[in-house]
Amino acid sequence: MTFDELAAQAAPPSERVLRRRYVVRRLLRSPTFLVGAGIVLFWIFMALFSTHVTRFGPLDIDPYHTLKALSRLHWFGTDENGRDVLARTLAGARSVLVVAPLAAVFCLFFGGTIGLISGYYKGYTDEIIMRFVDVLLSLPVIVAAIVVVSAFSSHTQGSPGAQAAVVILVIGILFTPPVARTIRAAVVSEREKEYVQAARLRGERAPFIMVAEILPNILAPIIVEGTVRLGYAVFTAATLSFLGFGVQAPSPDWGLTISLDRTVIQVAWWTVLFPALALASLVVGANLLADGVRKVLSE
Amino acid sequence: MSDARESRLTIGSDAPVLSIDDLRVTFVRRDLDLPVVRGVSLEIGAGETYGLVGESGCGKTTLAMALMRYLPANGRIDGGSIALDGEDMLAVSRERLREIRGTKMAMVYQDPATALNPALRVGAQIAEVYRFHGGLSKADALERARAALERVAMPDPAATLRRYPFQLSGGQQQRVVIAMALAGDPRLLVLDEPTTGLDATVEAEVLDLIAELRERIDASILLISHNLGLVARMCKRVGVMYAGRIVEDGPARDLLTDPRHPYTMGLLRCVPRFGMRKDQAGLVPIPGFLPRLGSGLEGCVFSPRCELATDDCRESEPELDHWSDAERARRARCYHSDQVSGMRAAAAERAPGAAATSAGGTLEISNLGKIFRDGRRRIVAVNDVSLAVAPGEILGLVGESGSGKTTLAGCVTGLLKPDDGSIRFAGQELPRSVAQRGSERLRAIQMVFQNPDSTLNPAWSAGAILGRAVNRLGGLRGAARRARVEDLARRVRVEPQHLEAKPGELSGGQKQRIAIARAFAGSPTLVICDEPASALDVSVQASILNLLAELQASGGISYIFISHDLAVVRYLSDRIAVMYLAELMEIGGAEAVFTPPQHPYTEALMSAIPTIDFAHPRRRIPLRGAVPSLSAPPSGCRFHTRCHRMLGAVCIEQEPPWQDVGEGHAYRCHIPADELCDLQVAAAAGDPE
Repeated sequence: MTFDELAAQAAPPSERVLRRRYVVRRLLRSPTFLVGAGIVLFWIFMALFSTHVTRFGPLDIDPYHTLKALSRLHWFGTDENGRDVLARTLAGARSVLVVAPLAAVFCLFFGGTIGLISGYYKGYTDEIIMRFVDVLLSLPVIVAAIVVVSAFSSHTQGSPGAQAAVVILVIGILFTPPVARTIRAAVVSEREKEYVQAARLRGERAPFIMVAEILPNILAPIIVEGTVRLGYAVFTAATLSFLGFGVQAPSPDWGLTISLDRTVIQVAWWTVLFPALALASLVVGANLLADGVRKVLSE
Repeated sequence: MSDARESRLTIGSDAPVLSIDDLRVTFVRRDLDLPVVRGVSLEIGAGETYGLVGESGCGKTTLAMALMRYLPANGRIDGGSIALDGEDMLAVSRERLREIRGTKMAMVYQDPATALNPALRVGAQIAEVYRFHGGLSKADALERARAALERVAMPDPAATLRRYPFQLSGGQQQRVVIAMALAGDPRLLVLDEPTTGLDATVEAEVLDLIAELRERIDASILLISHNLGLVARMCKRVGVMYAGRIVEDGPARDLLTDPRHPYTMGLLRCVPRFGMRKDQAGLVPIPGFLPRLGSGLEGCVFSPRCELATDDCRESEPELDHWSDAERARRARCYHSDQVSGMRAAAAERAPGAAATSAGGTLEISNLGKIFRDGRRRIVAVNDVSLAVAPGEILGLVGESGSGKTTLAGCVTGLLKPDDGSIRFAGQELPRSVAQRGSERLRAIQMVFQNPDSTLNPAWSAGAILGRAVNRLGGLRGAARRARVEDLARRVRVEPQHLEAKPGELSGGQKQRIAIARAFAGSPTLVICDEPASALDVSVQASILNLLAELQASGGISYIFISHDLAVVRYLSDRIAVMYLAELMEIGGAEAVFTPPQHPYTEALMSAIPTIDFAHPRRRIPLRGAVPSLSAPPSGCRFHTRCHRMLGAVCIEQEPPWQDVGEGHAYRCHIPADELCDLQVAAAAGDPE
């Protein structure tokens, strides 16, 4: 072998592949991540297939067996319309799991775009955008959401799809500021790197630099933000429907069910407890998932 | 290893202060065991200064950490022993360890800025050592702290006590750290790259201090460095480390003038000696890579990269004393020690690059100024700089950090917009911003950046990076584009299969090669190289410098070559420009700048380089004081606050004129050329150290 050949010899095996394998292995060994992922996957499965699993349908009314306590037939009892609480609790995941992930995707998209532009251009652009973001950030999320949702309520009356879309958009927009801030911080440190200078030096346009050069290198904070926002979105969506600004009866939605059935809580505690536990478990699950991902990715 | 031989190898009189025997340290990374230190034995006698040299990743710092018992949680000591003053360091209790650190041994880290607590006054930090180890009262401890600062020759120690670390210069910070390390009167002082990251003149200041302390304190010193010249200057004995093993040790001077291990010789051959020129002799890089941590190593660790290696080397590893010379206290872990000296001759021959004529244009910078604004503060980073780069010429740009070299380069590329003056290229005015330059000018002026880890987009494959550059700068598509990418890869000696790899899978040298290929994608006529090799290990640095020299010679391209390493600049450049505090101080032919008459600043910079040239020791010119702030530069001549040849009031009051020496050599000083020449020749003849 000549010196040149030696000098050009292959670098030892791929650092990137090792890193990826390591991330997967660490995730699969992280109890936090596994428990969180297990809970979330369970609810996703239920949202899709609960009607095939349970004996009763979530909307099946049985006027002869209202407010029955837990039994072999109705494991979680029945509510005041004689509907099976187990079936409703499992099916209640659906509305939340449509709203929350879509809202999370929306806030990632908006926040990511704003963060990229703000962090890349710096200067006045950055100042103006970030002050606007600060204003949004100072709004109390629930109050602002109620105001917007009720403002649109006359237009969306009678169309559950349109109503859900408004809720998704509102949560998405309200969660945009924290995402924008995180992404901006990542972009600011990335844009000073020499590969960005090199791209400018070959005459690349700003959108290309933002999307093709910088974006692939800030995926880790984006993924972490996404999982964190998912947990918050579940929580906020449930709060909105509890307050009556989300899906409408007779949906088995957890927030809505807790809100409506709390009038009978003293005689039939099971009608409220099980949806509440379900909601809590999904929020905890999403947060555990986010925590696990964040820990492993930030190593 | 017999005790008798060991004791003969120590130079100190009594029992050794530090004795490490067969030490093994392993790191666990991503669930894998990676042996980092693999059986190191060494002894340091009382009052002795021992240097440990090697490239990054060879285990020097890990050894020091193990010694201090400061290994991180994923590091463990697998075997061997460490004895400090006869006390077994691996068996001591946690309590005893706390006593030992500070009183028996102390460490000075690479970066003084992070070694000091930014929220505490300097006095409080030093006093703490006396309060903790000496149990002194607050007032007494502060008094001792003042004395400690006096010992490290800190100007105005009493005032320094009340300052915060950020109010001190890098050199002063390192003085404080050394004062703290010495506060407990340690038996052993460990200095881990104490001057890496400091400017040349600051480095010289810290080294002078250490050299002086060496005489006055009775501590033994373990000095860890990658810089052969530095170790040669500071240490009596040297050990060369490679891949977790000591491959050669012996008295510094003897070892560096007559190396007996091919790795040591390799290290010597790949750094340009001061005064070496590219047309006289080539640098010889060490081929290949450091073995990856944890890879199974059979035979001699260096054999895959060694030009002397035979089958013996690949089968079994020689002992450290395979070659030894008791008289000279030398040992080398090599079967072919007697052939090592023959390697030197092979380096000398080199075909001089044909002086190609260039089609490129001249770059003319006139009265360039760049101001950064930070709130109300105005920082003039480049002030009234005029210079020209002829086609096919390499202009070296030298100066300490903050001198404006990189800002000047940024203005030429258009990545920064100058506030004043003009830049003309090939007779045409260059638009200030890169966005207005148009593809033809973008193609013509390209840049090679400093940091191999961030110069390439980690998400793109090497091939995609080159392809995009070829497309944007060369306007090629499809098959032509692919052919051009492969051609570029060949020219920078990157194998085609590496074009698939992403930067994370490439070595530092390979990344820098790809970055160079990217700059050359559109056949530029001017390339700005901003410290292109200084973040790389010396063995890789040599191959990058060779590559740059070769590309330049073959295409008649001009370079602006920025570096803080004077030997490298002198080796490569045709002309050299010296900057200080945003201003140009001297410009001229590469040899002219380094011979009298020269600007006093250049003279001082030159004297600050640690050298392995034992035959011609250079006179040291210590620069006084710290580099003044750019937001309030000194009046008159900007260098007057630190100048050793200051005339008097005229230097403070009047801006110095350009003194023209002829042949394009000029410097900015009040002292006329012939007078300065006499002074400097007399000084050089007067007192070689």
